[in-house]
Amino acid sequence: MTSEILEMRGITKTFPGVKALQDVTLTVRRGEIHAICGENGAGKSTLMKVLSGVYPHGTYEGEIVYDGDEVRFGSINDSEAKGIVIIHQELALVPYLSIAENIFLGNEVRAGRGMIDWNKANHQASRLMERVGLKENPTTPIGQLGVGKQQLIEIAKALSKDVKLLILDEPTAALNDNDSEHLLGLLRQLKDQGITSIMISHKLRELTEIADTVTVIRDGRTIETFAMTDPGANENRMIRGMVGRDLEHRFPDREPQIGDEVLRVENWTVHHPTQAGRVVIDDASFTVRAGEVVGIAGLMGAGRTELAMSLFGRSYGRDISGQIYKDGAPVEIPDVSAAIEHGIAYATEDRKRFGLNLIEDIRSNITSAALDKLATRGWVDGNEELRAAEEYRSSLNIRTPSVSVPVGKLSGGNQQKVVLAKWLFTTPDVLILDEPTRGIDVGAKYEIYTIINRMVAEGKAVVVISSELPELLGTCDRIYTLAFGRITGEVPVAEATQERLMELMTIERDAKDRAS
Amino acid sequence: MTTTVAGVGVGVRDLVTRNVRQSGIFVAFIAIVALFSVLNSDFLSPGNLTNIVLQYSYVLILATGMLMVIVLGQIDLSVGSVVALTGAVAAEVVIKGHAPWYVGVLSALVVGFLVGCWQGFWVASVGIPGFIVTLAGMLLFRGLTYIVLNNISLSPFNGTYYGIANGFLNGLFGGYGIDTFTVVIFAIAVVGYAVSQWRTRRGRIAYQQVVESMPLFVAKIVVVAAVVMWFGSQLARSRGLPIVLILLAVLIIAYSIVMQKSVFGRHIYAIGGNLNAAQLSGVKVRKVTFWTFVNMGVLASVAGVVFSARTNGAQPGAGNMFELDAIAACFIGGASTTGGVGRVTGAMVGGLIMAVLANGMQLMGVGQAVQQVVKGIVLLLAVAFDIWNRRRAEATR
Repeated sequence: MTSEILEMRGITKTFPGVKALQDVTLTVRRGEIHAICGENGAGKSTLMKVLSGVYPHGTYEGEIVYDGDEVRFGSINDSEAKGIVIIHQELALVPYLSIAENIFLGNEVRAGRGMIDWNKANHQASRLMERVGLKENPTTPIGQLGVGKQQLIEIAKALSKDVKLLILDEPTAALNDNDSEHLLGLLRQLKDQGITSIMISHKLRELTEIADTVTVIRDGRTIETFAMTDPGANENRMIRGMVGRDLEHRFPDREPQIGDEVLRVENWTVHHPTQAGRVVIDDASFTVRAGEVVGIAGLMGAGRTELAMSLFGRSYGRDISGQIYKDGAPVEIPDVSAAIEHGIAYATEDRKRFGLNLIEDIRSNITSAALDKLATRGWVDGNEELRAAEEYRSSLNIRTPSVSVPVGKLSGGNQQKVVLAKWLFTTPDVLILDEPTRGIDVGAKYEIYTIINRMVAEGKAVVVISSELPELLGTCDRIYTLAFGRITGEVPVAEATQERLMELMTIERDAKDRAS
Repeated sequence: MTTTVAGVGVGVRDLVTRNVRQSGIFVAFIAIVALFSVLNSDFLSPGNLTNIVLQYSYVLILATGMLMVIVLGQIDLSVGSVVALTGAVAAEVVIKGHAPWYVGVLSALVVGFLVGCWQGFWVASVGIPGFIVTLAGMLLFRGLTYIVLNNISLSPFNGTYYGIANGFLNGLFGGYGIDTFTVVIFAIAVVGYAVSQWRTRRGRIAYQQVVESMPLFVAKIVVVAAVVMWFGSQLARSRGLPIVLILLAVLIIAYSIVMQKSVFGRHIYAIGGNLNAAQLSGVKVRKVTFWTFVNMGVLASVAGVVFSARTNGAQPGAGNMFELDAIAACFIGGASTTGGVGRVTGAMVGGLIMAVLANGMQLMGVGQAVQQVVKGIVLLLAVAFDIWNRRRAEATR
């Protein structure tokens, strides 16, 4: 038996137009808890998908040595057969099925000839739950359990598959402190039982507590791997590794000309739409001025999108309280059309699901949020519409043979430009851009930044939500940091560094309370 | 001259490929018509063409409303029962109540409106899928029909009400074995078509849009004009211009324009194409959904009036399975099962394919059983073609 349970060597994974992983090396010792940290989009999840066979052998370069042998997984079933189990951030449980049914889903306890032995299954489920410290009736529907307990059920499910290497992707992102503590304790117990864990997390403090070894990934490359017992190993070293790249000339220059306040949000509090009592945005206040680009920095799950969408006509959340001021006057924005009327536009982070009608052509997508502008008494002027679409095609440089091409056929960068065109056509005063450059190539990114500059030059206010810190530093005048639903800081760009922002972005709720 | 030929060739190919989904259906329709006219010399006779119009008009009326519901991403299973209910109400008012014909029509329309409000409320405000709401409606309104009619048929309407679906406009200008009035109306329609096409073309040129080459444009209008005039003269040789055909033409033109050019119609496409994106673009999803169902209810009552007039009475079992004919017409006509795609003209051609198939097979003495089998296979193949077409489109991405 070697001391390494896993060695991934020279892993390179390419998607059309993007190198997601480049020559990544990961070595995990048997029986340790190995933390992987990195910014969003650094390639952590891609690496885990390569490991678990979601991306089968042949779609990536490099080799994986597991338990001393080179392995070539064709699917997730192959990796599970070898004892590698991945628990995704979005839990893969069926809410209407019982605990036992969920634990043995796809792996049913058989009583022969395709029949399930429920007594045996329920009994085994109870024993598995004991191992993760749960006392629930195995026939309880999963949906009745809280997220924390569901997470434990996922682990019990992994144990039922004789897991040797457990991969957890952001296991505590949705958990409260108690549940997180319990989960971390459980991971230590499993470690004592000889189970190796790989854990991806943004909660650096948590990682310093539990991890034996840390690997930092940035831009699809391994930056460094160090043991937590190293004298220099601390949160700062992780942060440096995560963000430590130079700001090259990836951003067009801009002379800020900042005017009056356009939008002010005060004491904005939003609750989760389905989980009663869970506060997603906690007492957030911020301002945006004309001609200014304001950044909102936050890690996955910090509540960036939730903040923006709840402001944009209450498109997210419930029990929303707080006040929005537009041009100094308080306004009520009960729905999206009211938001558009008040000159607020929101370009979503998920353009395919929330931003575009992919089966419709470019023209109707561009005009879809302000069709009334082209209409007299409810009838759309098709020729005017074409003219407007053509105008945006040339001014935003949307590369397409014609504006009657379905948006689904465009590249990511051009789709993003259609989203921008759609919102520019509403002639907004405040434009909220949620991850405006996600999933698009470097050239298109530059064009998007240029468009942002043009918008503020016209006196509009722009809010950029991004998890890419260099992007915020390169485009914004002022940056707010958001962590776990709270605004934890406001930094003028001149004083902002990636390290400083990352520190503010990882302030946990109780840590902040302790500090104050 | 070679350049002109090439230009026209590209133009034609472009016309075809731009809308394979639709043109495939047109080609199929022409092929079916050609097939039946070869198999049976009576098929294209003046009398039979008039018959097809009279027999299937209500399915086409239903398909217009159904198309909007389907593009929205919903479905309406209750229209057959609504046809029966509105016909029954009209019969109660006109036959039992001895009210004038227009009171009967009006009361049917009001019932259709209320039915639409009822279903629209459950779908739009409560958020129950249209499939469930209208499945319930199918039972509910059928039951109400039995109650209204007291389990027995009512007939006859006679008079003007009967004429809605069986009357003809003819003889106004006299004629010699061919009704001049009908021909004149068709001629006006053709001229109107040509003028509107010309104006569209001028408008597109003014905005520097791409238009078909001039010869192609003229050829298109000549072909359409020839087919329409031939159809008109056939009708003129028979009994003249059916009133229901005028109604149908008005509805088809009006709803085509609503779907293509009105904000309301565009919002229907937006919701069906991506509900989330539509919501985040400020489309009032509930309102649009509600009014689409109201519209369906009203159109179902129009079909109810036409059908009860056609059968000259109201039967408790009237309109059975009409919903399936209307839905089939939409899907054969290229509407997508997931919403967001479909055209009124497509649904009309889809409905005509079903009508022509049924009529042609009847003429040839094919039994009901085989007719059902053929209809089923046609529906299946049409949707299979749709899916195949979409995959191919994705592959070329």
